Amino acid sequence: MSSGWSWFIIIGTMGSLIGAAVFLLMNRHTSGEETTGHEYDGIQELDNPLPMWWVGMFLLTIIYAVGYLVWYPGLGNIKGTADWTSLDQWQDEVDRHEARFAPIYTKLAAMSPDELAADRVAQQVGRRLYLNNCSTCHGVAAQGGLGFPNLTDDDWIWGEGFDAIKTAIVGGRNAIMPPWGAALGDEGVANVTQYTLSLAGQEHNADMAAAGEAQYNTLCVACHGAQGEGNPLLGAPNLNNNIWLYGGSPEQIAFTIRHGRNGNMPAFADILGDEKAHILAGYVKSLSQQ
Amino acid sequence: MNGPNVTEEPVRLEGFGPKDLYQRREKIFTRFVGGFFQRLRFFTGWPLLTGYFLLPWINWGERQAVLFDLPAREFHIFTLTFFPQDFWLLGWLLMIAAFGLFTVTTVVGRLWCGYTCPQTVWTAIFMWAEQVAEGPRHARIRLEQAPWSFEKLRKRAAKHSMWIGFAALTGVTFVGYFTPIRELVPDLTVFEASGWAVFWSLFFTGATYTNAGWMREQVCIYMCPYARFQSAMFDKDTLIVSYDASRGEPRGSRKRSADAAADNLGDCIDCQLCVQVCPVGIDIRDGLQYECIGCAHCIDACDQVMDKMDYPRGLVRYTTEHELSGGKTHWFRGRAVGYAVVLLVLMTAFTVAIFSRKPFEVDVIRERGELFQVNTADQVVNPYSLKVLNKTQGPQRYTIEVVSDLPLTVERSDQLAASLASLAAEVLDLPLILSAPREAVALPTVPVTVRLCEVDSGHCDEEQTTFFGPVQ
Repeated sequence: MSSGWSWFIIIGTMGSLIGAAVFLLMNRHTSGEETTGHEYDGIQELDNPLPMWWVGMFLLTIIYAVGYLVWYPGLGNIKGTADWTSLDQWQDEVDRHEARFAPIYTKLAAMSPDELAADRVAQQVGRRLYLNNCSTCHGVAAQGGLGFPNLTDDDWIWGEGFDAIKTAIVGGRNAIMPPWGAALGDEGVANVTQYTLSLAGQEHNADMAAAGEAQYNTLCVACHGAQGEGNPLLGAPNLNNNIWLYGGSPEQIAFTIRHGRNGNMPAFADILGDEKAHILAGYVKSLSQQ
Repeated sequence: MNGPNVTEEPVRLEGFGPKDLYQRREKIFTRFVGGFFQRLRFFTGWPLLTGYFLLPWINWGERQAVLFDLPAREFHIFTLTFFPQDFWLLGWLLMIAAFGLFTVTTVVGRLWCGYTCPQTVWTAIFMWAEQVAEGPRHARIRLEQAPWSFEKLRKRAAKHSMWIGFAALTGVTFVGYFTPIRELVPDLTVFEASGWAVFWSLFFTGATYTNAGWMREQVCIYMCPYARFQSAMFDKDTLIVSYDASRGEPRGSRKRSADAAADNLGDCIDCQLCVQVCPVGIDIRDGLQYECIGCAHCIDACDQVMDKMDYPRGLVRYTTEHELSGGKTHWFRGRAVGYAVVLLVLMTAFTVAIFSRKPFEVDVIRERGELFQVNTADQVVNPYSLKVLNKTQGPQRYTIEVVSDLPLTVERSDQLAASLASLAAEVLDLPLILSAPREAVALPTVPVTVRLCEVDSGHCDEEQTTFFGPVQ
């Protein structure tokens, strides 16, 4: 806050406090006999003093306000003797809750993936962590969506198992598929699309797929593999099943080939810490175990 | 109406200078009185007091029978446990309390104030302690006027110790409704109670001490809103404590043997006893006053005097304005019957609501990220979050049923079925995925009812939600 605004607030606050006090004390003694001059329908308003208890309460609030302004930051840039900030208070509350739940997290973080899957508390804590941190993208039922992997099936783009899941949560993932539209041309994109459909065992145009195979073997094979089996090290999806991260219609596949895709899962290490990531990984793994 | 012209003759209160508009409190020294109505007050006050002090000590199963657990947001009353979701019931309860007061006040006046209000009951206890420590009325007045001495100090100390002791019992008991009292009391005695428990115990001790010891009738006269608004419920058939002026006037002292009729005197011997026993410091002979809490002290005092004088009782008595003016009291009148009917309806509805309360509550929350998905099997998929609140004190298992015009499938229904079990007072939060063949979804929105039934009790609760599909 600039010192100009600071002074504006200080003068405004102190001015109204002092003004209220002076006005109050000025009005404490009145005649009790004279009228205020207000008269309606023959009814006059007597100029009576304020009730004593009311004056007392008002003075108390003024004294309270002075104490408040000394203790808390209320006057522009003056910080107050208590050195209080809302950030510190928030941090205090966070610390208090961390301390309260720390033993639970520590206990659960020592469990094996199988134990986590079988433990009721671990499941509930995991579910809450999931809803707070993951459900925005992966959905409330972990069903995923266009561009966000389904966590309830058996298809794991970055490799299956507890450790791979935990690594993904802690460090995040970055998958880049380059755009091939310029290299392939319109016809090439259409042909590779048909070949991709054939790899997944879907309905396709055999001639176009045959034409696309050569191009696949030049451009796509490095990441997606000779048989389209994918590569978990690169996050290149398996093309042999009917699970599509960016949609499985010919149009959607063609779009992906033409423009490329950029998948990004953020790292949650700083937000969750290792213990919560462990519990969360156990929960996510249990989702696909049925 | 033609009133006096105030502009010519301004309102002037005799003897009131500028400062006299502040009314000074006159300390009231009440005289102890026994009698029929005071025995009645004893039998209404003591059960309430004992109930208040004993209730938190009663256990139900493994926990305190009446416990309002604010941090856990669970409110236990014997077999029932209430959650914030049941908060609307409190609204009903307050309405019942309000109409209960309306009905009672209309028929019998300020019965609540005089016989059952905690302010009255606690003040009575404190007055009794005062009498024990400082003696009867005249002794207390003398003590008040006497200069400070060892004797005065001793008596005052005794009184205030008793007051603070009883206030502390009250305060700790009150806190015991909100934090388990069987832990609170031992903790307090060894100074290990939590800071807040100590704070609130002290707060309510202080409040009781101030209210029942120092404030007393000031609470009724200046603070209590009920004391003021119940005059709106009064009519000419409402039971009030009243002095029968036609019988009592002209008042005057006389010998017991004197012939009142010959001296042209009414039955009132002007002994001032009815004034001396009054806890709110009024003279009942001045007529109905808003300060009167209907405690009937003056009735008992006057009846005793009438007995001594061999006059009939009831110079000051429970009566109605109609009766005083020679008419009859109409007990069944529109206002009273109306209040009673509303009260009865409210109470019936409340009882039904309490006992038909579902043992659990279902909530279905739609996925917020997207309306629907179409999967590779050409099915329309809608994800939801299914929440189940177990409102009982034992575990529950449920079966799920989804009712809709669509041929809906619950995905991974085996896993869901296995997870549909909750512990006492627990909130289950489970993923629920519904799907339907795309060709069957003809409308973009279709209502869906998710119905859960508890296996053991057979109780069901359902929640309406919507299934979204593509616009065809």
